[in-house]
Amino acid sequence: MSRLASAAQGSRGSRASRTLLGLACFLALAAAATGPASADTAILNVSYDPTRELYKDINAAFSQEWKEKTGEAVTVRASHGGSGAQARTVIDGIPADVVTLGIPSDIDAIARLTKKIDANWRSKLPNDSLPYTSTVVFLVRKGNPKGIKDWDDLVRSDVKVITPNPKTSAGGRWNFLGAWGYAYEKEGRSAGKANDFVARLYRQVPVLDTGARGSTVSFAQRGLGDVLPAWENEAFLALDEFGKDKFDVVVPPVSIYAEPPVALVDGNADKNGTRKVSEAFLQFLYSDKAQAIFAKHHYRPIKREAASPQDLALLPNIKLFKIEDLQGNWDKIQSANFDNGGLFDQLSKAGH
Amino acid sequence: MSDRVVNAGLQPSVTPVRPPASVVTEQRGVRWLLIAIAIVFLALFLLLPLLTVIVEAFSKGLGAYAAALTEPDAVAALRLTLTVAAIAVPFNLVFGVVAAWAIAKFEFRGKNLLITLIDLPFSVSPVVSGLIYVLVFGTQGLLGPWLIDHNIQIIFAVPGIVLATIFVTFPFVARQLIPLMQEQGTLEEEAALTLGASGWHAFWTVTLPNIRWGLFYSVLLCNARAMGEFGAVSVVSGHIRGLTNTIPLHVEILYNEYNFVASFAVASLLAGLALVTLVIKSVLEWRYSADIAAGARRH
Amino acid sequence: MGYTLMILGLVVLLPLAALVLRASGTGLGGIWSVATDPRVGSALRISFGTSFLAALVSTTFGSVVAWVLSRYDFPGRRLVDAAVDLPFALPTAVAGIALASLYAPNGLIGSMLSRIGIEVAYTPVGILIAMIFIGLPFAVRTVQPLILELDREIEEASATLGASRWHTISRIVLPPLIPAVLTGFALAFARGVGEYGSIIFIAGNLPYVSEIAPLLIVIKLSEFDYAGAAAIASIMLVISFATLLLINLIQAWSRRRFGHV
Repeated sequence: MSRLASAAQGSRGSRASRTLLGLACFLALAAAATGPASADTAILNVSYDPTRELYKDINAAFSQEWKEKTGEAVTVRASHGGSGAQARTVIDGIPADVVTLGIPSDIDAIARLTKKIDANWRSKLPNDSLPYTSTVVFLVRKGNPKGIKDWDDLVRSDVKVITPNPKTSAGGRWNFLGAWGYAYEKEGRSAGKANDFVARLYRQVPVLDTGARGSTVSFAQRGLGDVLPAWENEAFLALDEFGKDKFDVVVPPVSIYAEPPVALVDGNADKNGTRKVSEAFLQFLYSDKAQAIFAKHHYRPIKREAASPQDLALLPNIKLFKIEDLQGNWDKIQSANFDNGGLFDQLSKAGH
Repeated sequence: MSDRVVNAGLQPSVTPVRPPASVVTEQRGVRWLLIAIAIVFLALFLLLPLLTVIVEAFSKGLGAYAAALTEPDAVAALRLTLTVAAIAVPFNLVFGVVAAWAIAKFEFRGKNLLITLIDLPFSVSPVVSGLIYVLVFGTQGLLGPWLIDHNIQIIFAVPGIVLATIFVTFPFVARQLIPLMQEQGTLEEEAALTLGASGWHAFWTVTLPNIRWGLFYSVLLCNARAMGEFGAVSVVSGHIRGLTNTIPLHVEILYNEYNFVASFAVASLLAGLALVTLVIKSVLEWRYSADIAAGARRH
Repeated sequence: MGYTLMILGLVVLLPLAALVLRASGTGLGGIWSVATDPRVGSALRISFGTSFLAALVSTTFGSVVAWVLSRYDFPGRRLVDAAVDLPFALPTAVAGIALASLYAPNGLIGSMLSRIGIEVAYTPVGILIAMIFIGLPFAVRTVQPLILELDREIEEASATLGASRWHTISRIVLPPLIPAVLTGFALAFARGVGEYGSIIFIAGNLPYVSEIAPLLIVIKLSEFDYAGAAAIASIMLVISFATLLLINLIQAWSRRRFGHV
């Protein structure tokens, strides 16, 4: 036994060197992953769930324009997921140069927790940093068998509603706030009655996916539920993807003004040396070319004149309310409704 | 100790079936009923999901299938998955052999604790496995500020994915080898050493040949698991298209883009990998069961 | 030896220490308040309760499968034997998508079941199905080698002495298998509790109904509640550790009682 032990001792040297070699490989990889890509500039856009198709087009259009203008090649990389989860990856250190998220409070959280984004980021770009807006509409099965016309129909006991978890999904939060705002206006500005309305609505929900896209798949592909309150763009995309013969889009008379904002992640862009191209990317979102692409993907462009009339025709003029007008600033909206112990937590607790 | 246990699924199932003597088996009817139950249960729970993947993958024909696999993001995901496995599997291989050697051939205190700790990643939720690396290497984590100062990116990059993969596949090789080496004891190595062989030489010529089949099985399964890990990798990846998406993550992304055929097509790669793994495993068992049985008799 | 400890420390212990450190940042009171939060409690109950049920099903059917595979010869036995390992090798996300498309109301099995009024996908039953899927190989592979080792001569002796086959099975065959069955149960249970990838595709993910603990960790992370996530993770970690310990105790007990394994 002792011979064996000393033999093992003898071979320890080579083991140690192997460990060192492994560590060296590891660090080399780490360096390779972070080293500045000098030949071909790349910027990273961390975005929310339903914009996958949109940014494929936008990124390609921007790369082309940048090449024409400066002669440099630029690749815009994209990462998609639930808006909250995406904000979390930025907070944990994903080297995003720009963020294009689903709701202002998620960018606020990055600014608050990392200081990589300026606290008054909303004033840095036109239109409160909103290159486009959207709203919540209802996707129903073809022919609208349940006769769903307005928010009131979502709380009927014979209607099953598919909506994502407002804790993780920006779309889920807009649905939540849309229902709340609708009831608040209707019930003579009573917050208590609005809370009751939202509570009743969430009792009709059989599946709570973590992202807007998951909810769409549950509704469209798996055949669950009667109505999907969804981002307007997401509802029309479902028509395009699954066929117009399967679903109808119902536009309620009143809905929420949904605000998916964009921002430069100053801390990362400076470190990556990509500030110039990242800023150009954000500016590009306000260009006529980008605005037309937004409309094509059923987002509401802020420059309607840049978009094709056909695309605009699908985005009807309905009454939109701003949630800030009803509940105050975004810090308040986030903490009162969605933070730990907020309204959503109280509802799901009371419901069971 | 739980040798056979935690890795029981990784044990080669050498299954000699003796011709049934009538007194020690059940009635014909009972026998067929049990066989039927077993087969129906397995078909319902195991084979049907596998078939679904394959049927859906080819539901739009070979062209769509090939297109899904040659798309640049899919190729990038495949490359990343292979890279990760190429680092994680050898790492765990070396660790597994060394750890099994230390545990099986030497006596020391705290051995049981050590084995339990090696087992631990086995029963830790994959989500927790990812979370712990975020807590260590994330900017809000323990080493975060230091990593930022030195400009090193661990999570949301290849190193983080490799680390998470190493963690979830950590016990595979070690746990397979420990019982094998314990069973073999130290007699042969000691004999070799007495005859003047160096420790390294004894390992190569005596220990390794004795454990090679066990080693091979464990590497196969370790590799399948490394390539297929989803939960842990999804927490540390950051899902950057063409950069930090592994195959399982790419499957989820395609699925979420209504690209169901492509999603199942890419998934079929992993299902194919699973099948190949199982086939190789079965062939080896069949081919070398005599070898293994002879080895077992010797000790 | 030093190498083993160093790697173990770097890869396993250091990150786990970070987790515990993060959780303890909130103090014991903080962990306690997370543990007693009704939603967390409910998620833990669902994870552990469903996993317990799934392990029961896996163990019952797994034992039958193990018995059939090691005692009977029938066409395709090798194939079935190999198929048992499928959940080991098949990535969980792929399994989840496949299970969801099978058991959804418009899926192959789901449509049959929904005709008789049973819903599987997007209910707690969906979680159960996914957990049975991943737990099955453990249940089979722990019992199988022991059945192979059983000494048939004792069964013959029992039969010669006039015992019925059922009597022989229940008195002679089953008792020595019990530790292995329990171990398989504990392993399937431990694996099911932590499972995430396959379940999120097939569960409804509703708080208090079908929200599992690992999902709640992911949700807590999305809310930037690191301490909360770490606290739930620590609770699960402690229970995992306890389960492994229990497996070791069962082994020790069986070694004393039956002198092997």
